[in-house]
Amino acid sequence: MKTTLSPQAPSRSFWMVVLRQLRQDRVAMISICVLAIIIGAAIFAPWVAPADPFKASMLNRLLPIGSPGHWLGTDELGRDMLTRLMYGGRLSLLMGVVPVLAAFVIGTSIGLLAGYVGGRTNMLTMRVLDVFYAFPSVLLAVAIAGALGPGMSNSLIALTLVFVPQMVRVAESVTTQVRRLDYIEAARMSGASAFSIIRVHVLGNVLGPVFVYATGLLSVSMILGSGLSFLGLGVKPPEPEWGLMLNTLRSAIFRNPWVAALPGAMIFITSIAFNLLADGVRSAMDVRR
Amino acid sequence: MSSNLTDLDDSADRGGPAQPLLIVRNLKKYFPVRGGLLEREKKFVHAVDGINFTVAKGKTLGIVGESGCGKSTTARLIARLMEPDSGSLIFDGEGVGEFGGIELKAFRRNLQMVFQDSFASLNPRLTIQETIAYGPREHGLSQAQANERARQLLARVGLEPEQFASRYPHELSGGQRQRVNIARALAFNPRLVILDEAVAALDKSVQAQVLNLLQELKAEHQLTYLFISHDLHVVHYICDDVMVMYLGQVVEIGPVEQIYGQAAHPYTRALLSAVPSMDPAHRTEKSPLSGDPPNPINPPAGCRFRERCVHAEAVCSERAPALVPAAQLSGHLVACHMNDAASGHTAATLESAA
Repeated sequence: MKTTLSPQAPSRSFWMVVLRQLRQDRVAMISICVLAIIIGAAIFAPWVAPADPFKASMLNRLLPIGSPGHWLGTDELGRDMLTRLMYGGRLSLLMGVVPVLAAFVIGTSIGLLAGYVGGRTNMLTMRVLDVFYAFPSVLLAVAIAGALGPGMSNSLIALTLVFVPQMVRVAESVTTQVRRLDYIEAARMSGASAFSIIRVHVLGNVLGPVFVYATGLLSVSMILGSGLSFLGLGVKPPEPEWGLMLNTLRSAIFRNPWVAALPGAMIFITSIAFNLLADGVRSAMDVRR
Repeated sequence: MSSNLTDLDDSADRGGPAQPLLIVRNLKKYFPVRGGLLEREKKFVHAVDGINFTVAKGKTLGIVGESGCGKSTTARLIARLMEPDSGSLIFDGEGVGEFGGIELKAFRRNLQMVFQDSFASLNPRLTIQETIAYGPREHGLSQAQANERARQLLARVGLEPEQFASRYPHELSGGQRQRVNIARALAFNPRLVILDEAVAALDKSVQAQVLNLLQELKAEHQLTYLFISHDLHVVHYICDDVMVMYLGQVVEIGPVEQIYGQAAHPYTRALLSAVPSMDPAHRTEKSPLSGDPPNPINPPAGCRFRERCVHAEAVCSERAPALVPAAQLSGHLVACHMNDAASGHTAATLESAA
């Protein structure tokens, strides 16, 4: 950072500074590597996976970890665990990313408008959303998914609805803070339209904190998504998904506990990595104070 | 500097030199105070309570007073960042936002504001060039023209564009940031600039530099300043006229030398005697005023200053004094019964006889 005050300060965007800061954060970099491996394995599963995820074998049921040909053992139907974990990442990560992304877009828009307009509109919006807060998020997700019926897309919708109120609340509170600052008043003095003020002056300063919050939600979303699958409200068998695999392997927990714990370990590692990355991004964005 | 700015420049003098640039009439703003959920009776903070004043062209009017007396609210009302409850503004002879008068948008372009907190008044995500170019860009200049204008203005306020244009606010010092704010205010060729405690947060040496810059810019661009401050030394240095406010009302207004030399209102005298003296022999020993300003929710009837005034008499609680020309002082208005021989105040006849 010593170079930033050199006479010919080059034009640097905010996100470049954040990226540079992030690169010096070892924990965040390790998290990024872990996530890159998991996401890479999920994306390239058809080419990298050693076996067919749906091919069952009665002779090879519940092989332990380290068996020749099946490095991570096999499940209760004799399917290769490594393959199924790689394929399972596709749906599980989707469950993590899609609802958060959707809630990010919807929640930020609502929160931004409510916060900028203020007054009665704001109060009405926030009180309506408070109703959602009355329910624990797991219960709410189960209730909505249950009402919509089981299925992948329905559980995505359920998770999105669970996250929207939280996103709105974060976006609204940051917007309310930003709106009172003098640079917004100065922009109003210049006669700029409300749309332009929101786009240039509000959005840029609200997006950061909301983004960090959203990163933290990725792991929650994945766990909730797996939970829905575990309860039979999400993905249907034989489709591989970490939560669902955890459920079906439950019966084998006494015969082969290590294999049964593998999907749980994947959920754990991925969500920890997302959380540590979120922490890294948060502190990297604090450079300017 | 006006080569590519003709389309932004509507700063032509319309009313002639004798027409005051701004006339403020009966400006009022009460803020509602919310009690509990079930408390039906509404209360109001009388933030600005019917003030009248004029700002002459090319002059600097200082507004002084204690914290909470309504200085900044007055500024925001004039800038229309807040809607006044009542009152009117007349800008160079034209009613603001009135039929046949000047439109609000045009008025805003003629008036700009510099805020106290130099950091909060700059968007931390924009470089200072982007910040200054934003306004002109919004008014239809091309990006290149707006950038060119921003660079010219930066150079004018003493920040080398090559070195500073692409910096972010957190990379500048307080004085440099305030120069950026001034440059932004000048981007529209305004005629009236409201400086709301604009130098209060700067240390003394930087303050002097910025004040000198403001004086130069005023002469160059024929600006009129509304200078809000609680620093009476600075007001003495920069202002032509001074307006003293107390609890949302104007108590005295007059030329700076008369205010500092022959203040007619007891509150002004108390305010001025609270200024630390440069001479240790004339050290202020006792506090010129005791007590706090009364609650602005329920201001006292009659004269609002009477509870702290050593000259208070029965008449002061009966009638509120009007803002009238001071005896024997030209261009000087004061709201005090002692100034009015007909008020019945015992000191009134003495003062006017002296």
